[in-house]
Amino acid sequence: MAAGRAGGGGAARYFTRWYKPDVKGRPCEDFCVLQHSNRICVITLAEAHPLLQNGKTIKSINYQISPNCSRLQNKVSGKSKRGAQFLTELAPLCRISSTDGEEYTIYSCIRGRLIEVNESILSNPAILQEKPSTEGYIAVVLPKFEESKSITQGLLTQKEYEEVLLKRHNNSA
Amino acid sequence: MSSLTEKDKPIVQLLLNTGTCPRCIFRFCRVGSQTLYRHPYKDLTEFLKNNQQQEDAAGFGVVDPPCKRIRLEHTEEVPDDLNQNGVLKHVPLVNDDSAAVENSTVEVCNVCLGILQEFCEADFVKRVCEKVKSADYQFTSFVFSVSLPPQLSVRERAAWLLVKQEMGKLGLSLAKDDIVQLKEAYKWIIHPQLSEELGVPADGKSLFEVSVVFAHPETDEECRFLMAVMKALEKIKEEDFLKHFPCPPSSPKNLCVALEIQCNNGAVFVAGRYNKYSRNLPQTPWIIDGERKLESSVEELISEHLMAEFKADSFNFSSSGREDVDVRTLGNGRPFAIELVNPRRIHFTAEEMKELQQTINNSSDKIRVRDLQLVTREAIGRMKEGEEEKTKTYSALVWTDKAIQKEDIAFLDDIKELKLDQKTPLRVLHRRPLAVRCRIIHTMKSEYIDEHHFRLHLKTQAGTYIKEFVHGDFGRTKPNIGSLLNRTADILELDVEVIVDWARNRCD
Repeated sequence: MAAGRAGGGGAARYFTRWYKPDVKGRPCEDFCVLQHSNRICVITLAEAHPLLQNGKTIKSINYQISPNCSRLQNKVSGKSKRGAQFLTELAPLCRISSTDGEEYTIYSCIRGRLIEVNESILSNPAILQEKPSTEGYIAVVLPKFEESKSITQGLLTQKEYEEVLLKRHNNSA
Repeated sequence: MSSLTEKDKPIVQLLLNTGTCPRCIFRFCRVGSQTLYRHPYKDLTEFLKNNQQQEDAAGFGVVDPPCKRIRLEHTEEVPDDLNQNGVLKHVPLVNDDSAAVENSTVEVCNVCLGILQEFCEADFVKRVCEKVKSADYQFTSFVFSVSLPPQLSVRERAAWLLVKQEMGKLGLSLAKDDIVQLKEAYKWIIHPQLSEELGVPADGKSLFEVSVVFAHPETDEECRFLMAVMKALEKIKEEDFLKHFPCPPSSPKNLCVALEIQCNNGAVFVAGRYNKYSRNLPQTPWIIDGERKLESSVEELISEHLMAEFKADSFNFSSSGREDVDVRTLGNGRPFAIELVNPRRIHFTAEEMKELQQTINNSSDKIRVRDLQLVTREAIGRMKEGEEEKTKTYSALVWTDKAIQKEDIAFLDDIKELKLDQKTPLRVLHRRPLAVRCRIIHTMKSEYIDEHHFRLHLKTQAGTYIKEFVHGDFGRTKPNIGSLLNRTADILELDVEVIVDWARNRCD
């Protein structure tokens, strides 16, 4: 990968990466939020997420997060994205189950309006594992204008996240 | 119809008694002769006074044959119609007390508040013209516009009611639009004077406007009983009006004041085409949170010279599309137009425009301008028209993660009319609606550079986002160069070649 290209070039190089490790206390369930300078955020799985480890096969991806709420029903209109579902930090975006019987919930990680979910991963789940930080993204979220800086305050920078990974590695070694 | 008759006599007397000036009296007596209004104020005063004194109707107004005993001043100004009516010829030779009249301060008219008095005098004309001359405009005609304080409309109404009542006694009627409008009479008087002093004709369609704003602070209070004066005046009943406003209108102490005398020249439009050779130059100033990101812009590099030469107040830049800050614009260049607002200078020869273009081109190597010319407003519309239907030509420097050989990219050259589904790019999604748009890549031509780089020439439908077509925008543009090559691709440089006919030919 070329230096300076977060996530292997492509669109991701215009984004700043923020991490949220061990979400809801579940070890290694890490997420990565890519934030563009225009405040748009792309929610992705971080490299250490169990779903991206060797041997995992995705069985199903479900955007129906409760009987009454499906992220697939999200519709936005106009420049101001009217009608968007509003997400809090721990709002679930989807549930992904693997062939080994595990189920993982993917969380928004930031407050904001849901702009779109990635429907491509429904028909091609493998892409989630092959290109988790580009084509395998989960969703696009637009934080409130006044919160565009504060929403990443509780998240880790790339450097801080690497330290977390290093610590994990040392502990398990 | 164009001058006074015997029937007008009681009206003239009534208005004289209530402090109305001769020109306003003419207006209310429906005198339509422009030249009559142009006579010196004191002559008109004398004329009216004397006519009122003549008990004998034979000496009055249009009653012919014209009386020959009257000396006429300013004969050269009197056109035929007036001579025929002979109105002014009846101004009697005053028994040498004209000097006294001249010296006595003129009473301020209770209807026009001085507009048809002091503000018709040479001194005021001079004041206006000095202002115009000092503003240093190029113009070949002028339109004179006047803004009057609202109380003038109220006073006009009161005077009209008064005259109407008086005429009613004589069994006559008077409609509101029978009388000569104040502004109209004012222009009759002042246009020839301005025209003479400025040396150009008055023309209602002129792009050069001289405007005067009048105010009369002394009576500002008196139309408080009406909200939105003009509308309220239309609706109010006569008896209600008379309850609130003195009829005849009271005589004020002071004249109106001319608050502002301003000039404005109609906008001129300059068009041409520009090339942008910098990847660090936005088309228009790039400001985020009130802070400038980059020092300059295409718009500013071109406009600063135009502003200086045309001596305009401000400018508006428009163009046929735009390019990103890091994109160069090559080829024939992108059509643009600049509206110069309120220019002092408007006449430029083809030679001068050429020099101006050279000045712009000499001042920066980041841009180049060609075919710079003066155009009409309508031509700007044509530039914007059909922006969406055009074909655009691009050249992109592409990077791939996995190594490529010449053969790996050769197939791109065979793809014709490739249909894309392009979601609104993430980089503009914060300010544009989310949508999937169908765009077409007409042709592509690849030029191999090395294992990780090649140049891609594209012809596309206008409105295609090229950067996203190359890197895929998280798979949101489908297909994309990455997906076609089965690699991760990125775009390192982009140039646009704009080829259009607009503004190609210089029209002198």
